Amino acid sequence: MGEGTATTRPFGSSVKRVEDPKLITGQVQYVDDLVLPGMAHMAVVRSPHAHARIEGVETGDAASMPGVLGVFTGPDLADAGFGPIPCAWNLPDAELVMPEHPPVAIDRVRYVGDAVAIVVAETAYGARDAAEAVEVRYEELPAVTGARDALADGAPRLHEDAPGNRAFHWTVSGGDVDAAFEQAEVVVRDEIVNQRLVPSAMEPRRALARWNAAEEDVTLWVTSQNPHIARFLLSLDTGIPEHRIRVISTDIGGGFGSKIPHYPEDSMVIFASQAVGRPVKWTESRSENCQATIHGRDQLQEVEMAAASDGRILGLRATTHANMGAYLSTAAPGVPTILHGLMLSNCYDIPAVHEDVIGVFTNTTPTDAYRGAGRPEAIFLVERMVDLVARELGMDPADVRRENLIPPFEDGHDVATGITYDTGNYGPAFERALEMADYDEFRRARGEESEDGKLRGIGLSSYVEICGLGPSEVAGAVGFGGGLWESAIVRFHPSGKVNVFVGVNPHGQGEETTFAQIVADEMGIPVEDVEVKHGDTDETPMGWGTYGSRTTAVGGGALMGALGKLKEKGKKVAAHLLEASEEDVVFEDGRFHVRGAPDVGKSVQEVALAAYTAWDYPDDLEPGFEASAFFDPSNFVYPFGTHIAVVEVDPETGEIALERYIAVDDVGPQINPMIVEGQVHGGVVQ
Amino acid sequence: MKVTLTVNGSTHTRDVEPRTLLVDFLRDELGLTGTNVGCDTTQCGACTVHLDGRAVKCCTLLAVQADGREVTTIEGLTGDGDGLHPLQAAFRDEHGLQCGYCTPGMIMAAVELLERHDGVPSEREVRHGLDGNLCRCTGYENIVDAVRAAAAETQSG
Repeated sequence: MGEGTATTRPFGSSVKRVEDPKLITGQVQYVDDLVLPGMAHMAVVRSPHAHARIEGVETGDAASMPGVLGVFTGPDLADAGFGPIPCAWNLPDAELVMPEHPPVAIDRVRYVGDAVAIVVAETAYGARDAAEAVEVRYEELPAVTGARDALADGAPRLHEDAPGNRAFHWTVSGGDVDAAFEQAEVVVRDEIVNQRLVPSAMEPRRALARWNAAEEDVTLWVTSQNPHIARFLLSLDTGIPEHRIRVISTDIGGGFGSKIPHYPEDSMVIFASQAVGRPVKWTESRSENCQATIHGRDQLQEVEMAAASDGRILGLRATTHANMGAYLSTAAPGVPTILHGLMLSNCYDIPAVHEDVIGVFTNTTPTDAYRGAGRPEAIFLVERMVDLVARELGMDPADVRRENLIPPFEDGHDVATGITYDTGNYGPAFERALEMADYDEFRRARGEESEDGKLRGIGLSSYVEICGLGPSEVAGAVGFGGGLWESAIVRFHPSGKVNVFVGVNPHGQGEETTFAQIVADEMGIPVEDVEVKHGDTDETPMGWGTYGSRTTAVGGGALMGALGKLKEKGKKVAAHLLEASEEDVVFEDGRFHVRGAPDVGKSVQEVALAAYTAWDYPDDLEPGFEASAFFDPSNFVYPFGTHIAVVEVDPETGEIALERYIAVDDVGPQINPMIVEGQVHGGVVQ
Repeated sequence: MKVTLTVNGSTHTRDVEPRTLLVDFLRDELGLTGTNVGCDTTQCGACTVHLDGRAVKCCTLLAVQADGREVTTIEGLTGDGDGLHPLQAAFRDEHGLQCGYCTPGMIMAAVELLERHDGVPSEREVRHGLDGNLCRCTGYENIVDAVRAAAAETQSG
């Protein structure tokens, strides 16, 4: 442990988070905390109608108000070269339609909250006053909000290029589903509404742009989980070349998927900064957040499951209507398909699975990835059907699950949906959860009169989840418009202190701490000697961001790659300094030393300094002590577990109370158990 | 109109629009950006500060309503030794925060909760006392633990 005195390894310790001091003292700098010289403020005029034709936008009154710097409409942005907001997930073989999504509506609004005009003023209050003075004349059109309704004959059509409001029709199919249903001894059916919700990060969205006319470059401070994707997409729709865009998203107040997309307001503030020649900030209100930040879920699932009389599941068939909202958001098409349909075998051996997923445009806020993104919708679907099978057969729901759990495997397991789970041993987690819940006793006592007259129920859910997104080859094959590898640069400074620069962008998950623990553990230095940098595209290497349970699994892989390269270089430097052969130098506990002679060695800090001074240095080696690595995983990771809820219902009042909640999750080696538990708490409660 | 507030021990006089919200006064006029705005409507508690020692949500209070009064924000919270208030330290020790956006408001509400409560509050009392403060990351478990740990620390200290 170098000069340190710690006796436990940093890896696996509940190290207190390095993120916290600035957060508990109010010293953090969220985007809304920034004030730039000359900064103006933007407000957005939004449609109060779900569907309407814009007949005219009267901006004169607003523009003449004191302190107003400009009022702009959709055509102004289009004329300035600000193109439609792109969707980045073009599902193959799904007849996907990608209608144009102008950042500010041009002739039609398609959801409540669709932008109609923007106002820039000296103050935030002034901008909002002027936004209220913009008069928009609308011709209201019939609207449709439900996915199945929108497919019906005669439903209002949202986009000329999407007949029947169909956004895509995607299918997953494996095994002989028809035969499974013919052989079935029981078939259960259900229609499941997985309701729409508002992600509601505590911090709404913010965007602040500073256009520099002389340099023709722009800096955008924005609440993005993936600033490099934001920059890439902005280069496509703003016309500003990628190397002249800097996106900074260092401190963010939660996201849960809602800060993945590239939003219209990102383009609007850049346009506004160009138009008025000053930095322009937009601060989303909570009302706007409910209307104009993406929503999650919203699936209508018609499902049937075929089973044998002993509870063995033979097949699963589903038709899912996925409500995409008015436009396709950045990652939206992948959510109810790749991240949902491919998970329909869950942790069970289901020999035949078929799902049709129909993506539908409606006059609602666009949907996209929210916490789990498609996977919770899949797990609930399967688990609900398993319970129905148990009820139909008069079996205990736990026994039906036992009957179908995939047996332990270590070298991959193929499921009918066409994916390969990496490793799994589902039974022990399942039995452990039952034991913790005292499940057998609960079931035995079921039906007995309780003393307080309340009814008690116990619910089980087992899952496996496609995480650690993911191999880039797969990303390409399923139509995702980018790679899914990650990157890291580890830079020792001459003093032996370290900065790490990563392409992922944690915003509450704690990787400023856990990545520092990895570096400390691998290099034998104190955790406090490491600082992790993320979220600034000028500072960090290209990476795809934080979502899809990938930050540690994939970003951590890149970090390990860079550390491995540094160790190799360090051996060369140390061998030269020790006048030993490179093959004889080993690295242990922060020291490079000659094998079998621990006293003959150099600390990693000494090696770093020597690599920077390069006074006494190998001829064939570059100076400096930093390394960069990219990591593209060979497969997703598939964690699993079982959760149990004990719920009490008062039959007199209908009041429901959650009595107990038991979660058993396979998380692999824990870098920081305190953080892991915190993530599980948050996931369960949210 | 002119308002004079004592904020974190310093007195400030400013000429503001009558409609200026207290939270905007703190953030924009005084540069105290530790107080966050989450919902604009007094529901989420992210903007909780102390006004004359009582926890208030300052996103729907006017600066003029605080005229002549004393305000304490997260930046004004202090303790012994390393300068952290026991609740600030406890939130870190118990991992009572993730993204941190609700944290200043949560801590300010908890400070008042403990000031009004003798001894260590029960889990139920903490949950009830903080039900005006929302957190989306932590699931509240560790927040409750942090508040109770701070109370125990203060008792024994």
